[in-house]
Amino acid sequence: MGSLLQLNKYLFRYKTKLVLGISFILVSNAAGVLIPLFIKDAIDGLRTVFSNITVYDSAKVYDIVLNNGILIFIAAVVSGFFRFLIRQTIIVVSREIEYDIRQDFWTHIQRLPLRFFQNNSTGNIMAHATNDIGAVRMYVGPAVMYSIDTISTFIIVIALMITINIPLTIYTLLPLPILSFFVYKLSKRIHKKFTLIQEKFSELTTKAQESFSGIRVIKSYVKEQNEVDAFNKLSNEYLIRNMDKVKIQALFMPLLYLIAGTSVIIVIILGGSMVINGTLSLGEITAFVVFLGYLIWPTIAFGWVANIIQQADASMKRLDKIMNEKYEIEDSAKTDFSITDINGEIEFENVSFKYNDGSDYVLRNINLKIPCGSTIAIIGHTGEGKSTMVNLIARLYDIKEGTIKIDGNPINTIPLKILRKSIGLVPQETFLFSETLANNILYGVNQKDKELVKKYSSVAMLDKDVDDFPNGYDTMIGERGITLSGGQKQRTCLARALAVEPRVLILDDSFSAIDTGTEEGILKNLSSYFAGRTSILISHRISTIRNADKIIVLDKGRIVEEGLHDELVALGGIYADIHLKQLLEEELEEIN
Amino acid sequence: MTENREDEILGKAYDSNLMKRLLSYVKPYARYVVFAILLNIVVAALGPVRPYLTKIAIDDYIVESNFNGLLLIGLLLVASLIFQAVIQYFLTYYTQLMGQKIIYDLRTKLFNHIQKLALRFFDRTPIGRTVTRVTNDIESLNELFSSGIVMVFSDIFIILWILVFMFFMSWELSLVALSVLPVLVYATFLFRRKVRDAYRDVRKHLARLNSYMQEHIGGMNVVQIFTKENEELQKFSKINTDHKQANINSIFYYAVFYPFVEILSSAAVALIIWYGGGNVIQGTLTIGVLFAFIQYTEMFFRPVRDLSEKYNIMQTAMASSERIFKLFDDNTMIQNPEHPERLNKVKGKIEFQNVWFAYNPEEYVLKDVSFKINPGETVAIVGHTGAGKTSIINILTRFYDIQKGSILFDGLNIAALDKRELRKHISIVLQDVYLFAGTIKTNISLNSPDISEERIVEAARTVGAYDFISKLSDGFDSEVKEKGATLSVGQKQLISFARALAYDPKILILDEATSSVDTETEKLIQQAILKLLKGRTSIVIAHRLSTIQNSDKIIVMHKGEIKEMGTHRELLAKRDIYFKLYQLQYKDQEITKTA
Ligand SMILES: Nc1ncnc2c1ncn2[C@@H]1O[C@H](COP(=O)(O)OP(=O)(O)OP(=O)(O)O)[C@@H](O)[C@H]1O
Ligand SMILES: Nc1ncnc2c1ncn2[C@@H]1O[C@H](COP(=O)(O)OP(=O)(O)OP(=O)(O)O)[C@@H](O)[C@H]1O
Ligand SMILES: [Mg+2]
Ligand SMILES: [Mg+2]
Repeated sequence: MGSLLQLNKYLFRYKTKLVLGISFILVSNAAGVLIPLFIKDAIDGLRTVFSNITVYDSAKVYDIVLNNGILIFIAAVVSGFFRFLIRQTIIVVSREIEYDIRQDFWTHIQRLPLRFFQNNSTGNIMAHATNDIGAVRMYVGPAVMYSIDTISTFIIVIALMITINIPLTIYTLLPLPILSFFVYKLSKRIHKKFTLIQEKFSELTTKAQESFSGIRVIKSYVKEQNEVDAFNKLSNEYLIRNMDKVKIQALFMPLLYLIAGTSVIIVIILGGSMVINGTLSLGEITAFVVFLGYLIWPTIAFGWVANIIQQADASMKRLDKIMNEKYEIEDSAKTDFSITDINGEIEFENVSFKYNDGSDYVLRNINLKIPCGSTIAIIGHTGEGKSTMVNLIARLYDIKEGTIKIDGNPINTIPLKILRKSIGLVPQETFLFSETLANNILYGVNQKDKELVKKYSSVAMLDKDVDDFPNGYDTMIGERGITLSGGQKQRTCLARALAVEPRVLILDDSFSAIDTGTEEGILKNLSSYFAGRTSILISHRISTIRNADKIIVLDKGRIVEEGLHDELVALGGIYADIHLKQLLEEELEEIN
Repeated sequence: MTENREDEILGKAYDSNLMKRLLSYVKPYARYVVFAILLNIVVAALGPVRPYLTKIAIDDYIVESNFNGLLLIGLLLVASLIFQAVIQYFLTYYTQLMGQKIIYDLRTKLFNHIQKLALRFFDRTPIGRTVTRVTNDIESLNELFSSGIVMVFSDIFIILWILVFMFFMSWELSLVALSVLPVLVYATFLFRRKVRDAYRDVRKHLARLNSYMQEHIGGMNVVQIFTKENEELQKFSKINTDHKQANINSIFYYAVFYPFVEILSSAAVALIIWYGGGNVIQGTLTIGVLFAFIQYTEMFFRPVRDLSEKYNIMQTAMASSERIFKLFDDNTMIQNPEHPERLNKVKGKIEFQNVWFAYNPEEYVLKDVSFKINPGETVAIVGHTGAGKTSIINILTRFYDIQKGSILFDGLNIAALDKRELRKHISIVLQDVYLFAGTIKTNISLNSPDISEERIVEAARTVGAYDFISKLSDGFDSEVKEKGATLSVGQKQLISFARALAYDPKILILDEATSSVDTETEKLIQQAILKLLKGRTSIVIAHRLSTIQNSDKIIVMHKGEIKEMGTHRELLAKRDIYFKLYQLQYKDQEITKTA
């Protein structure tokens, strides 16, 4: 139950409305329970008709009946009016709180490090944002409403029943605790089964998600049938789990009516014999039956609410786990807020890095100085840490060993926002939003400037391609850029980074899907547009990096060679080897 | 995009065409339905019979002081309760079983259908939406099948039985009690209309909220790199606020409707007391009847209220089924010929004859493309980005169908072949690498039982992925996260390459298969697959010319057209496009030469 205490701060925010709502419940119930009393009075009035007293005043009895009829109606209107107010306060508050929680959740999520998104699947995070927050809302709204409703109804109704007849009250109430207990027990078992069902459902969802995302691979390898078989199997397991639940759940309503019905029968038999004995009036019996009607639903609700609370508690625990995830990468006490911009001198001092505590180092003792305005290039084998190295500069991961300095300031002292705004990092893997081309390019810029789009598309040499699109820059891009060619995606990402006009431009293998001709054009454009700014290029292609002011070769996480193209070729090491391999064999023959 | 509106489809609560289609899925379970309805008629009578029994108890035994008679009625009441409970149990069980079975049928059928859809469909439909169709949308039909349809019958029967008993006891008092009915009907009618609009709003905003979150979780690194957290939060707040407001609006209608029904129900009780009371005084009515009527009004209003709740279920279900059937009707499929030509011994000859192809009508990305690849040849395709290289692969494997011309495989038109068989002979390393959540092993074998462990390891060795895989904590059994998130891009590409080799294809297609791989590894792969490619046809797309220089033929594409074709030497001799590409890449070589 502890986790639900977390909700206090939200509940407190709406305390006025909640307190009002609770008092409305009390008023509504107080008015509601009067109805059986009026019915009782009316019937007892009528009873005199059949009593042995021979003379009765029929006009007077008629008055009693009419008055009670009117009173019933008035009580119902009052009770109903306050029921309206209850929903308008408590349920509305539950939506407000749902909003607040989701808002806090998203604010939090946005600040979590990349690591979090790699370790948690999208489906999983979505489940928290939808199902778990939904479950918590059920607790705040309906659960709170019904529990207060239940408790107050109980107290008032039982008090009234006692005033009518104590023994009958005790007998008729006997089945109710059994009912509540039974609802609670069953709900608990149902809940367990339900969790199992949810698990299967989420497996089913994940399976569908993967099968559709990987559809190109599946079709290429003619794996459709495998996918269908696997999906059918999951669906079948899902069916079985559901029926497991149904077996128990189907008991629910019948047993409920059975127990509740027993109470009514007790009233009629015991109460009936009391009437025969003359210790109870006919009106009182009627009142009892109606009162029971009032109690049965709250009793059911009681077990149900107990269940909602359990579920909400479990959901809140899951949410808490995410809400307690560390930001890891954020401004701290060390941050120097006097830094408002960045020039672009970057320095690695003894930087070592590993992704997980247990795993091997990806970078070892990196020392590197990148003067402001220079272009440096990184080359090296697959998986040797190139991307890691540049991701560290933008603080997508934080380092524990060594320091990275920009303009002499360690990067963890630079306000994160300033740091990232000044660095235009084009990640190795392209990601575009399902928006228009123009909106994607302007993503980092806060103005909707058509000229800017044109300008940076032409720097990224995307303009020629766009000219061929019938809708030009207003072309809608499919999810993740699916309707663009590989090179078009890369150049759109490039244009998007350029539009921010960053002080430091980092291109992580951003030309891999681009032909050399286009690449050369882009590089030429960059050198004129971005003169004076620092750039870091990662590439496997000599042609991309040959003109850099400094080329470094990463091998097994260490810098093993550095220098100008010609120097490295002359050195005869790894770089020279790569260079040689990229030459055409035929030409080599001619040279020799 | 109009497509985006699809999640906002609401439809009517009842649409006879949709209902007909839905019922066609119920047909195989007609036995269940008949059985359920029969049970329902019985069970529906058991509730209303009890107030009637109480009436007898009061009028004939309590008022007459007959204790034994009272006991008898008590026993009858208990018996009816138990009987009802037992029937109810089986009823619930069987209707749920039926619902689950129908859902299973629908879901697996829909999934099967989606798997058959062409890539064109996936180009224009966000994954999240398609996923919702087979999961949540189908799920909301569950309620319709397992509680909706049958329960609606049960509610109607209960109401009917109540009416029967009421009119039997006193038609006059029945009319008085039912006098509130027109108000109730009108109120329900109004409520339904209002709630439908409110509900439409809620659904719309919920769909927006979900798709926003889905997309931005996937692209969170872009949000963070561009420090757009604040702007994105504002966007999110707006969507979140709209969603909240839509919900609050709908609360209002419920807040009015439910209490109103309760007031009406009490009004009916008041009327019964007033009018019935008068009758009792006149001696034309017994107290027992009055008592029974009070209970009947309670009973009567419950299903009415439930019906309006069920209306919601119906509406959700109808909206969902409309979207589901729309997807079923989507026939964006690559048609398989009815009597496909058989491929006997595959040689691997490919021929394009004047092929025209467009993704969108009239926007040709391939124009009059013709070329021939002989069995065993290695052909390279080069050209500027966006020239149409990947598109050639897409149509060769029939991911998309062409508009004009023909593509021949071993002399047979690919449109006349079974597309599955065609694809089985071709392995492609796709330009867009995709890894599944699973292990390295399952990513290479794609769970194919024919691919042995040795073959997986062998394929990994060939592409030079063995070293890094064996360094991972669990080697080939190491976990691969969603989209391979914890691997370097080059490593992912190698795994996808290994996958293609493990399938031992007749034809191998490499679409920028080594674009993110270092030169040394690339060279090693080239040497390693040279042996493998003996006697097999292969098509290589690459920007790094060193990768393709040994090809038997090089095709140079430009803006969807073939501009040059020939061997490396021939094309260089032409001193045209290829020569220029080559010059750009090997400038310093040129310099060394002239020096
Ligand atoms: N699914 C699609 N729907 C609509 N248009 C597409 C689709 N895929 C590609 N295109 C368009 O077709 C043209 C050719 O694309 P294709 O992918 O064949 O180019 P490519 O030669 O492979 O380029 P790259 O070297 O950049 O990968 C491009 O203009 C692209 O925008
Ligand atoms: N998020 C991560 N968690 C754990 N390990 C990772 C993660 N990202 C990368 N690695 C591992 O760290 C090593 C370096 O990866 P990195 O992406 O820096 O390589 P790279 O040099 O950029 O390679 P490529 O040329 O393929 O892009 C690889 O072995 C990779 O598997
Ligand atoms: Mg990388
Ligand atoms: Mg391509």
